[in-house]
Amino acid sequence: MIVAENLVKKYKEFAAVDGVSFEVAAGESFGLLGPNGAGKSTTMRMVGAVSTRTAGTLSILGMDPDRRGPEIRSRLGVVPQADNLDTELRVRENLLVYGRYFGLPRAQVARRADELLEFAQLTEKAKSKVDALSGGMKRRLTIARALINDPSILLLDEPTTGVDPQARHILWDRLFRLKEQGTTLLLTTHYMDEAEQLCDRLVVVDKGVIMAEGAPAELIRRYSSREVLEVRFGSDLNAEVAGRIAGMGDRIEVLPDRILIYSENGESELVRIIDAGLRPITSLVRRSSLEDVFLRLTGRTLIE
Amino acid sequence: MTEVDDVRPAPAAARPFGALYAGNARSVMARGWRATRSTNWLVVVSGFFEPIFYLLSMGLGLGALIGTVTTASGQQVPYAAFIAPALLAVAAMNGAIYDSTWNVFFKMQFARLYEGMLSTSLGPLDVALGEISLALLRGGLYATGFMVVMQVLGLNLSWWALLALPAVLLIAFGFASVGMAVTSYLKTFQQMDWVNFVMLPMFLFSATFYPLSVYPQPIQYLIQALPLWHGVELVRGLTTGQVDAGLLWHVLYYLAMILVGLVLTTGRLRALFLD
Repeated sequence: MIVAENLVKKYKEFAAVDGVSFEVAAGESFGLLGPNGAGKSTTMRMVGAVSTRTAGTLSILGMDPDRRGPEIRSRLGVVPQADNLDTELRVRENLLVYGRYFGLPRAQVARRADELLEFAQLTEKAKSKVDALSGGMKRRLTIARALINDPSILLLDEPTTGVDPQARHILWDRLFRLKEQGTTLLLTTHYMDEAEQLCDRLVVVDKGVIMAEGAPAELIRRYSSREVLEVRFGSDLNAEVAGRIAGMGDRIEVLPDRILIYSENGESELVRIIDAGLRPITSLVRRSSLEDVFLRLTGRTLIE
Repeated sequence: MTEVDDVRPAPAAARPFGALYAGNARSVMARGWRATRSTNWLVVVSGFFEPIFYLLSMGLGLGALIGTVTTASGQQVPYAAFIAPALLAVAAMNGAIYDSTWNVFFKMQFARLYEGMLSTSLGPLDVALGEISLALLRGGLYATGFMVVMQVLGLNLSWWALLALPAVLLIAFGFASVGMAVTSYLKTFQQMDWVNFVMLPMFLFSATFYPLSVYPQPIQYLIQALPLWHGVELVRGLTTGQVDAGLLWHVLYYLAMILVGLVLTTGRLRALFLD
């Protein structure tokens, strides 16, 4: 569905995207994981045929977006990072009007709008003003709007950023249903849990470059240990203690506020630390996540 | 599935017209119509009454003191019949400018409406044409109402006045397309004030309330370069029945204005939202 090869986007001299390659198959849910400014949104805009590339090749549904933009856009659903709902129109009208932008027949759009309101759990809000909706509802409406043309690919740029945790789970549930129905999803996120929940496969992006590619579990296996022990000794002591526990676990990361010890068995590392006479203020054993993969690959945390 | 058209992206100029226009400007107009229905009708209605108030106070009030005025072609007409066509052109201009500047500015900077539109199969020309047509429609509506008032007051001196309506649409089209083009370059509310700074003197000095001949020659040339003067002269010629081939120059001026405005707006929308 999507094939990108050595995709480059430069603004003046700055390369926002610097030679990115990936492929997304039909029915797949593919993620771009990376911190703010990694080039995720720029990549999304190029895939969405609203931004031309500086170099490289890009094929969306077998077409070049720089040449056949409108044709491609007619088969895409786009959920932008910031809501751009039409606040001068009511909730249902937003769907009707948007459907007409695609040149779809009125009756078809009306039928589809009602289905999508149901899907987005907004049927009761059909006549509400957009500004009266909560943040989560607005996102759901934006997703419903993106589906009005029955798109072959749904592009989601940070779908749950700025949404409260409860609303997030509702959104994930809706997106998971779409995935089950076989919709091809391309999403960006800087939340590792989101990527783990929704992506079959993902690329880790940093500074416009792909650092790694694979399924979430596979990436964790490849770049991290099974478990992670997090210990805190207080910000002054972390660095000093790090020297004394060097060599424990497979690998150690010292962050300003805590030390991470990567190991197959976190509990046994904790026992070794305590046996060495050290007393962490807090300790936590958890499974490795994509956050750890990112840290390993870039030396930085995802959310700074 | 993996077939790729070309290794290098085509340069902007080589891309077909199809990327700019999907032939669906009416959906943008329909959106505007729906949005207008839900907004404050008082604002819409005020645009209609403003020129009528001018006509009543200056045309009838001041006109009683002034009597008749000699037009550019030497004809004596009552003062009210002299300024009425000018006010008609101004009404068209104001309606078009309001829609294509303030409304467009808000949609572009705050509502991010065009961003949403341009991620569908619409092209920038659809958006520009749709928005401009809506401004045009509104200008046309105001103008029709004003023409009716003119007829009632006996200020349409000729059957040529019927052609004033399409002339007014032409004027509105010109101002709307240039207005939208200018707005697409503006970033702040302060800059938007410049629009008023240009519009008000143009309204007052474009031979609206007195003949152009009162000015010294150099000022006359300056006024004649401005768009409103052409609109005023065109409409005045029609409603007072002094029609000659010279009016075609005014039409040509507006056709050029429309073309320049559309080209700039479309290019600018593409640069902003489809870079």
